[in-house]
Amino acid sequence: MLSETLANGNWNLAFLVLFFPLAGLLFNLIAGKWLGEKVIGAVASLATGLSFVMALLMGTWLMQGGGEAVTVPLFDWFRAGSLHLGWTLRIDTLSVMMMLVVTGVGTLIHIYAIGYMHDDVRHQGDPGRFQRFFVFLNLFIFAMLILVSADSYLMMFVGWEGVGLCSYLLIGFWYEKGAEGTGNAKAAKKAFIVNRIGDFGLLLALFLLFGAFGTLNFDPIFKNAALASPAIILAATLLMLLGVAGKSAQLPLFVWLPDAMAGPTPVSALIHAATMVTAGVYLIARSAPLYELAPSAQLVATWLGAATALFAATIAIAQNDIKKVLAYSTISQLGFMVAAVGMGAMVAGLFHLVTHAFFKALLFLAAGSVIQGMERGLHEAAHHGGEYDEDVDPQDMRSMGGLRSRMGLTFWVYLIGALALAGIAPLAGFFSKDEILLDALHEQPGVFAVLLTAAFLTAFYMGRQVLLVFFGQPRSEAAAHATESPAVMTVPLVLLAAGSVLAGALNLPVEGLHWLTGWLEHSIAGAESLPFDWLVAVGSTLVALSGLAAAYFFYGKRQPLGRALADPLSSAGCWVYSAFQHKWWVDDIYRKWLVGPLRAMSEFLAATFDQQVIDGVPKLLGESVKDFAIWLSGLQNGLVRSYIMAVLGGLIFILAFLLFIMR
Amino acid sequence: MAVPVAYYLALSAVLFVMGALGVLVRRNAIVVFMSLELMFNAANLAFVAFARYYLQLDGQIIVFFVMTVAAAEVAVGLALMVAIFRARHSIDVDQMSILKG
Repeated sequence: MLSETLANGNWNLAFLVLFFPLAGLLFNLIAGKWLGEKVIGAVASLATGLSFVMALLMGTWLMQGGGEAVTVPLFDWFRAGSLHLGWTLRIDTLSVMMMLVVTGVGTLIHIYAIGYMHDDVRHQGDPGRFQRFFVFLNLFIFAMLILVSADSYLMMFVGWEGVGLCSYLLIGFWYEKGAEGTGNAKAAKKAFIVNRIGDFGLLLALFLLFGAFGTLNFDPIFKNAALASPAIILAATLLMLLGVAGKSAQLPLFVWLPDAMAGPTPVSALIHAATMVTAGVYLIARSAPLYELAPSAQLVATWLGAATALFAATIAIAQNDIKKVLAYSTISQLGFMVAAVGMGAMVAGLFHLVTHAFFKALLFLAAGSVIQGMERGLHEAAHHGGEYDEDVDPQDMRSMGGLRSRMGLTFWVYLIGALALAGIAPLAGFFSKDEILLDALHEQPGVFAVLLTAAFLTAFYMGRQVLLVFFGQPRSEAAAHATESPAVMTVPLVLLAAGSVLAGALNLPVEGLHWLTGWLEHSIAGAESLPFDWLVAVGSTLVALSGLAAAYFFYGKRQPLGRALADPLSSAGCWVYSAFQHKWWVDDIYRKWLVGPLRAMSEFLAATFDQQVIDGVPKLLGESVKDFAIWLSGLQNGLVRSYIMAVLGGLIFILAFLLFIMR
Repeated sequence: MAVPVAYYLALSAVLFVMGALGVLVRRNAIVVFMSLELMFNAANLAFVAFARYYLQLDGQIIVFFVMTVAAAEVAVGLALMVAIFRARHSIDVDQMSILKG
């Protein structure tokens, strides 16, 4: 009975994919107070896991139905005039792929977070927030699933804002911590505000589309797109790119993502690496019919992505914070994806999205394991007679080193993730990056060159990171005493590592094995993969290997980078390295030329204009009425004779009036 | 021989103004009261003069009313004044100003 219901494409059950995380978050929100950490974590993980199962089921149903998109109306939202908005799920191969990534990687991160947050809430000194963390995490999964399963731009926008909210809540999870006690709160605020700029563009694009088509549903818009004025399509796609730049951290709005590392590491892995930041890529892929009609917008997207890929990669090679390196790497890889979907190579971009979700989530979670290993090492070192070294930042790679022997499992999975990211065959990153490079070579040789350079830098900074963290001798007491993380954290790591190795099999560059292409061509018209090109494959592998070799040359043999010692590149690269290290001064430029004037204007409006003009008008009115009243009350002086005088004066006046004027 | 009505009216006006001035400038409440009586009687004189001039009794009747009301008013006023004098040992009207704004 049950198996029959599940086997035959019972689309009425599709809402369950959204229902599970919602139920999980409500349950934890209401009952979490009385439950232990294990139960809370298990409920949250189970909710996400059941969503994953549901997504898998829907995938099989889609295959039975030949991959045709299915729309499942849930209920009406509102009707106003000709506008009719319904909550409708759109289940097609693209959305199911995204659901699988979100819930699959999400489940593993939930499980990992049970172990990570157990230590984190104690280390940060507020165990009561354990429950809150999982409520937020489930809320994020819920919002992300709304985003990817939406049937209209408006519903997608609801999810888009929902994940932005969760991002804000989770970056500022330890809102009272950070630099000067406000660092984390500021990082959260920055992420939210920078994303507002992008959302402003997206919203304008939606208004344009609604104005042109009278609806925001995907199907009618895409069907009639060719009939609309090309100028409107171009404007809408360009404005949409602004939203993409905000959410997917592309130039010039990428500045929030590095700061977002203030959030707990599972958050960095789930939201700021694997899922939410890829929403921009998903948006372009979903809007592929629009972008195909606007070649200029495609060109802009391509170069935007390529420039971001290179730009962020240069910054990543000069960062010392283990999570910052990964953050800039994420921006760079998102640049790869945006460039790919910009070129119209939707499958390559989405393929990279999937593989990246695996290995970047793996890298972040492994980095979290390293950080907590260092923290345990700090306490251990203090325990063994040494002093608790306040100066050692457990995230600073300069204090690490030699962790290979202390944290063996973490080392191996980290190495797999790093090699996958660097694009070494036959790991997942190799196949997806290779496909992007191949498409770039055919579409835009200039972009190909930029992306190849970025790929070299990718291999370089990942090699540098692995060498600094895991090889050589420990450079601090903490690193010397670091210990391996518990199984609840390492098992998801191993599973993700397996994914990082095997995810390339989704779209092997062999005729007949282009599974992802075959899967996605039901959702994206004209999805195709170029035939395998040995030259590109061997070339990109060589580039990656030379990047690793360069990293070994600089960081492998010597033992540099005690906290006092400079990076060996800093002497070689003079001001260029300084530019890398200071993130090309982008934050400083924004602060000086955008935030500064805005703040000055706000201060003028608040201190001068508001205080004196806005407040001045009612104040003046009030004061003058009061003054008049004070003068008037002086008339009541208590002297009976003056009253009589006034009566007499009035009488004389009235008589004179009647006698001389009225007559 | 009859005195013209204008003479009565002039006398009435003079008495009225004298009364009004007394009310305005004197501070002793008793004197203010007496000045008020002067004003009443100025009015009464005008009533009577007009009644005689128009050969109608209405004015004379009104005068009775005025005199009655004035008598009542004096009774109440003098009682008030006695009470005030007991409380404040003065019937200076300028000192009765505690209700000023």
